[in-house]
Amino acid sequence: MSDHTITQIRNVLAQHGRLSTNVEALAPDDDLFAAGLSSHASVNVMLAIEDAFDIEFPDSMLTRSVFSSISAIADAVGQLQGEPAAG
Amino acid sequence: MSPEVRQASADQAEFLAALIEAGLLLESGVPGVYGHSDTFEEIRERLAERLSAEASSRGAERLRFPPVLPRRQLESSGYLASFPHLAGSVYSFEGDEADARVQADRAAAHEDWSEFQHPTELTMMPAACYPVYPAIARRGRLPAGGVFVDAGGAWVFRHEPSHDPMRRQIFHQHELVRIAEPDAVLEWRDEWANRGLELLRGFGLAAELDVANDPFFGRRGRMLARNQQAERLKLELLVPIAGPEPTACASFNHHRDHFGSNYGIELSDGSTAHTACLGFGHERIVLGLLRTHGFDPATWPAAVRAELWPDR
Repeated sequence: MSDHTITQIRNVLAQHGRLSTNVEALAPDDDLFAAGLSSHASVNVMLAIEDAFDIEFPDSMLTRSVFSSISAIADAVGQLQGEPAAG
Repeated sequence: MSPEVRQASADQAEFLAALIEAGLLLESGVPGVYGHSDTFEEIRERLAERLSAEASSRGAERLRFPPVLPRRQLESSGYLASFPHLAGSVYSFEGDEADARVQADRAAAHEDWSEFQHPTELTMMPAACYPVYPAIARRGRLPAGGVFVDAGGAWVFRHEPSHDPMRRQIFHQHELVRIAEPDAVLEWRDEWANRGLELLRGFGLAAELDVANDPFFGRRGRMLARNQQAERLKLELLVPIAGPEPTACASFNHHRDHFGSNYGIELSDGSTAHTACLGFGHERIVLGLLRTHGFDPATWPAAVRAELWPDR
């Protein structure tokens, strides 16, 4: 996953995540729900990620685990953009 | 455009026809909107008294609200993001005398008269607990231990016309609400889920407790529903009434700080309160009793009668 992708995800989280923790302080694998991401906010994050990357999550990816960390979101974005998931 | 009316299964259609034939339900001409007979209301009122007695013996405070919600409150609650398909709004006439004449003529001919109708300050009540949160927030910081409210069997509206007698557009939802510290709220929710299970089984109903989700709208709704399931935020008591599926007769909902932060409800130490509510569907429970024990309560098992008519 590219640094640019991670930065974009951090921006979306800062705008829509309503986290109780500073987004910049989060490691890619930190649990976003533990950092205060609510169910309603995770849906807003999902919609904003779709806009930011011009992608559409299929039904099978509309799950809690896909939005559980920055790296999980980046993996999902990578899959939908046809990039290798790891990197 | 008329909304799609959900069809009933053969079992549900047969049950509805029998209820109407017996005079227990009075047809209105609109699917999902029925009047109740004297017998039906006798059972329903006994159930309401029983539920309120269970709550009051555990310290609940009674609050009652009319079946309309200030539109501003619906707008700020997030309901329209989660359930746009179920909400109903109250519209009323705005215009001059000429407009009124045209409206009346079109209405008399059953033509479209909606252009003269404009939103009022009110919407239909989506859930009986909605007016409780701002009312409690207005009191200021909660007392130690929080509050426990019995909002009673209030009329609530869901725009989902159906020929299934268990799926009403307007029905009595008996809500109990707890607003307190996070641990106390979760404990209360789970305790009442088990109390509800025992209560319905005491009525001779084959109730089961299960994890559930709300009927959230669209794609964002599918994700919300999965989150709700994964976090066990909603539990339901399911009773087989008329197949194929069992009917949810009560739900036990944990909102975490959703309403507490929305309405600024503060605990005695100034932190945000958590909330939970539970709702018993009066009509569904009455229908469960009628289907399980027969249409004449005089012939019901003595143990079931003793639960609802303890003084006879």
